[in-house]
Amino acid sequence: MAKLTREDVLKLALLARLDLTDEEIEEFQGELSAILQYVEQLQSVEVDGLKPTNQVTGLINVTRPDEVKDYGYKPEKLLENVPEVKDNQIKVKRMLG
Amino acid sequence: MGQWLSISQIAGGVSSGKLKAVDLVEQSLKIITDKKEYDAIIATTEERALRRAQQVDAGEITGRLAGVPFIAKDNFLAFGAETTAASNILRGFNAPYQATAIEKLEAEGAICVAKANLDAFAHGTSTENSDFFTTKNPHDKTRVPGGSSGGSAAAVVLDMAPFALGTDTGGSIRQPASFSGCVGYKPTYGLVSRSGVVAMGSSLDVIGPLTRTVEDAALVLDVIAGRDDLDGTTIERDPAGYTKLDDSSLKGKKIGVVCEHMGEELDPKIIEIVNGAVKKLEDAGAEVTEIRLPSLPMALAAYYILCPAEVSSNLGRYDGQRFGYNFGEAKNMNDSYSKSRGRGFGKEAKRRIMIGTHVLSTGYYDAYYKQAQTVRTKLINECEEAFKQVDFLVGPVAPTTAFKIGENTGDPLKMYLGDVMTVGVNLIGNAAISLPAGEIEGLPVGIQLMAPQREDRKLLSLAKQAEEVLA
Repeated sequence: MAKLTREDVLKLALLARLDLTDEEIEEFQGELSAILQYVEQLQSVEVDGLKPTNQVTGLINVTRPDEVKDYGYKPEKLLENVPEVKDNQIKVKRMLG
Repeated sequence: MGQWLSISQIAGGVSSGKLKAVDLVEQSLKIITDKKEYDAIIATTEERALRRAQQVDAGEITGRLAGVPFIAKDNFLAFGAETTAASNILRGFNAPYQATAIEKLEAEGAICVAKANLDAFAHGTSTENSDFFTTKNPHDKTRVPGGSSGGSAAAVVLDMAPFALGTDTGGSIRQPASFSGCVGYKPTYGLVSRSGVVAMGSSLDVIGPLTRTVEDAALVLDVIAGRDDLDGTTIERDPAGYTKLDDSSLKGKKIGVVCEHMGEELDPKIIEIVNGAVKKLEDAGAEVTEIRLPSLPMALAAYYILCPAEVSSNLGRYDGQRFGYNFGEAKNMNDSYSKSRGRGFGKEAKRRIMIGTHVLSTGYYDAYYKQAQTVRTKLINECEEAFKQVDFLVGPVAPTTAFKIGENTGDPLKMYLGDVMTVGVNLIGNAAISLPAGEIEGLPVGIQLMAPQREDRKLLSLAKQAEEVLA
């Protein structure tokens, strides 16, 4: 199971939105298979009756009052890091078609 | 190390007018320039740092850390220089706000002077995964400083500042502290706000100080610890704070040696150093026993499922549209995402995103992710039992001393195996510290002391006593 095919790697790259070079695809096929083979030893651990841990400090439903707070972040300042801005909005490529 | 007074002495000197913050900042910047060949620093925040120093000297900014220069790992959002996380995809990013930890330090008068190198996005144990350059070990320039907070550790050992901030997801504060030779403190999960820190594995990430002494680490922790509205995972600080350390003797303190970490994967000379340190603690009155955590050997496998899973999720935001690198030419949105991420991310980030995507995908989720989370529960339960028998656990930090630059880069799995002694603590969420304990052929070796969650003050107290005994 742990041996990934070239198609597996391509599928993961597609799901993760990573455009890989041919060299990377080949390299990752071997490296990721080795890593997955290593972590698969976990499947032999007996865990009957135990629940998975999602967080470790026991906090549940941390809430705050639903109030507007002004942190002073101006839109212009936040837009400074955007690769392409048009009319004070983030410009992106075509989504459909 | 040794050019700086203790942090409280520096702040005291500045507050009483005996020391000038501007001189301290200039001293720090000069050492950074003089020791540039170690590549510990990505950028300085010179202009802003000097401006703040003038304000401290004019009495406009006061506090417990008045005028104390420090260095932040470059995955902390901070003003005065770019925040890159040592990644090409974030090159050119100017933080619109600062991390809570930086804000808290600044509110007490500390001055951030530079941003330290790291493995890009904190993925690594050597800084060799930095997209920019590899930091050199302060004791041997042909070796790595450890990682991912390798720039921070090297900077402290090279005297570039009295302290540095790091982050620890699987050992990234403790292991470079051991490799480079300083104190590295990993607080209880949730004790320090991660707001404004580039996220890696959100159920594992913590922030902590790298310092020359335990006392300095305790003071920095005292300033940055506590609840923050901007990070819902934060917990309440200890009402007694972290600076009033219990200075009673080690007599009667129960310390358990973790058997699973004293096995044959460890360099025998490191076993000797850990055993020697434990003997010194015992001679000083500690009661030492052996503790078994049978699931601990599985911690690394669990970590290398959970960490990449969380990484793949956290790095989803780097889409090249709202900030960071954008490829430009693209057929459509998906093409733009794939090209921007494909060219922008380094190899290790891509590896972890791919592993994470695999273990979270339909058909594999139960076998990998859920199983890892359940093994995590088993490990937590065993650790709870252990802490009923002993107050603290002790063991090595890493299976080797600092390795040669390039020695492990061809084999990612081999690089991962170096995390074997540190990741357990992150899965459990408890507090741990790496303390200098000796040297092998001129290279530093640390020991790791661990305490239950929320027992940070107790751990720092023990560490302070251990520091004296080991000196």
